[in-house]
Amino acid sequence: MNGALRLKRALVLSPPLLWTFLFMFVPYAILLVYSFWQQKYPTFVPAFQFGNYVQIFTDPQYFRVILRTLKIAFFVSLGAALVAYPYAYFLVFRVRKPGLRLMLYMAVVAPLWVSYLLRAYTWKTILGTTGILNSFLMSTGILSEPSSVFLYNQTAMIVTLIYVFIPFMVMPIYAVLEKIPHSLKEASADLGVGRVRTFLSVTLPLSIPGIVAGFTMTFCLTFGDFIAPFLVGGPDGQMIANVIASQFGASLNWPLGAALALVMLMIVLSIITVSDKFERLGQGRFA
Amino acid sequence: MSRSLSERLAWVVGITLILAFLYLPIAVLVAYSFNASRSLTWPMTGFTLEWYQKLAANEALIDAFYNSLYVAISATTLTLIIGVPAALALDRIDFPGKGLFRKLILLPIALPGIITGISMLILFRSLGIRLSLEAVIVGHATALLAVVVTQVYARLQRLPNSLQEASEDLGASGLQTFFLITLPNIKTAVIGSGMLAFTLSFDEIPVTFFLTGRDNTLPMFIWSTMRRGLTPEINAIGSLIVLMSIVLIFVSVRLQRNTKTQQK
Repeated sequence: MNGALRLKRALVLSPPLLWTFLFMFVPYAILLVYSFWQQKYPTFVPAFQFGNYVQIFTDPQYFRVILRTLKIAFFVSLGAALVAYPYAYFLVFRVRKPGLRLMLYMAVVAPLWVSYLLRAYTWKTILGTTGILNSFLMSTGILSEPSSVFLYNQTAMIVTLIYVFIPFMVMPIYAVLEKIPHSLKEASADLGVGRVRTFLSVTLPLSIPGIVAGFTMTFCLTFGDFIAPFLVGGPDGQMIANVIASQFGASLNWPLGAALALVMLMIVLSIITVSDKFERLGQGRFA
Repeated sequence: MSRSLSERLAWVVGITLILAFLYLPIAVLVAYSFNASRSLTWPMTGFTLEWYQKLAANEALIDAFYNSLYVAISATTLTLIIGVPAALALDRIDFPGKGLFRKLILLPIALPGIITGISMLILFRSLGIRLSLEAVIVGHATALLAVVVTQVYARLQRLPNSLQEASEDLGASGLQTFFLITLPNIKTAVIGSGMLAFTLSFDEIPVTFFLTGRDNTLPMFIWSTMRRGLTPEINAIGSLIVLMSIVLIFVSVRLQRNTKTQQK
């Protein structure tokens, strides 16, 4: 390789390499270092000890939040998949006009461009104790007094998060369904296989990679969310990101916050790794 | 016949319900920005523009809006300057550590924003840098890099290498080839991902939350207003943001359509 070419490559390479090193690699490394530090009132001091991690896995307060966050992320992903799959299926296999299909696809993806905060906020105005749903039910006589069952619980949070993240579920499922050749379904029908069985033994297995991709994305996004819990979650709706945020705010325990963030990072990374393996496996089988 | 009719009806009802789930909340947001009563309850009481007038007079809000504009424009520019070469590097250049580089740069797509936020907060604190809008810009540019890289990289992969080779054979320099051949071919991907990055930055909370100093961005301003209670003024800001999003969506659909006709 001649010198000029090498110089050119260095010029293309160096800005992104420097940037990712300085603003991604170094911060993650410092985060790791901080997770071994120790809280010492009123702030914290350098140390090398595993106290923060021990605290996370022995203090039920933190452990319970992690479990709750996993549970909520699971139900959000499941709910989103149950809504997104029929929608994507309808678009690919039932809508004949390409124009209408594009419009319906955009209809579900477009909200991604609309402020996430506002989309969560509007659910708060709808579900609140004095909110629109309650006053609507009262004015129609279904309820005689406002009910607090709608807001500040985990169901409200799950509904809000499904609403916010559903585009991430529709996109990959749509992408895999679109690639399934219609001839496969026709062949199955020609062989006298019923539609339900064709779906279960042809369409559904072929769409698993898309479901896995959507599930992973929705799960990870929900897992790190701290806005929906704040807006509609209430006291039993705190998620791990809220606990992390409070360590960097009111509690002023950055080392514990850093350790919690690393636990979160590890969980997210292992989910991505497993899902990657799974998708590759799927591709190998169907290619 | 009747079976297929009832089946079609079931589909239409189901899809309509999903669309209602998607759009009723946005309709509610916009409708209540014009509602005369201060409380967000049913029934609605009458039409007013009062909340929009209040916005126009709210200086903290207007400052926050300009701050967000400043942050989003700077972060988008920065992320394009870093992201386009990064995509080129991933597509065309082999170098040691490429695998790690790819993993790192794409990580923020699935990584919760809060991790980028706090890790940069700790970095800035360690370096003794004060929190400010500029810190937020660096944070956004980092978090949004993945958006630009994935879209530009995808476009580069569909671009035949022969174009670049032909240009070089004809004696064009690397820079000439980039600006005259490569860039025009990936233009729509660059603009499209830039627009998405702009929208995401304009709306960003998790990173901003940890990195902003005394100045508020628009979402942080809305967030702190929400802490104090729900008011129709938030609905009015929200409706304006929805309007802005609709414009951006139309522009981006246009862009995509242009790309498709170009490729034919």
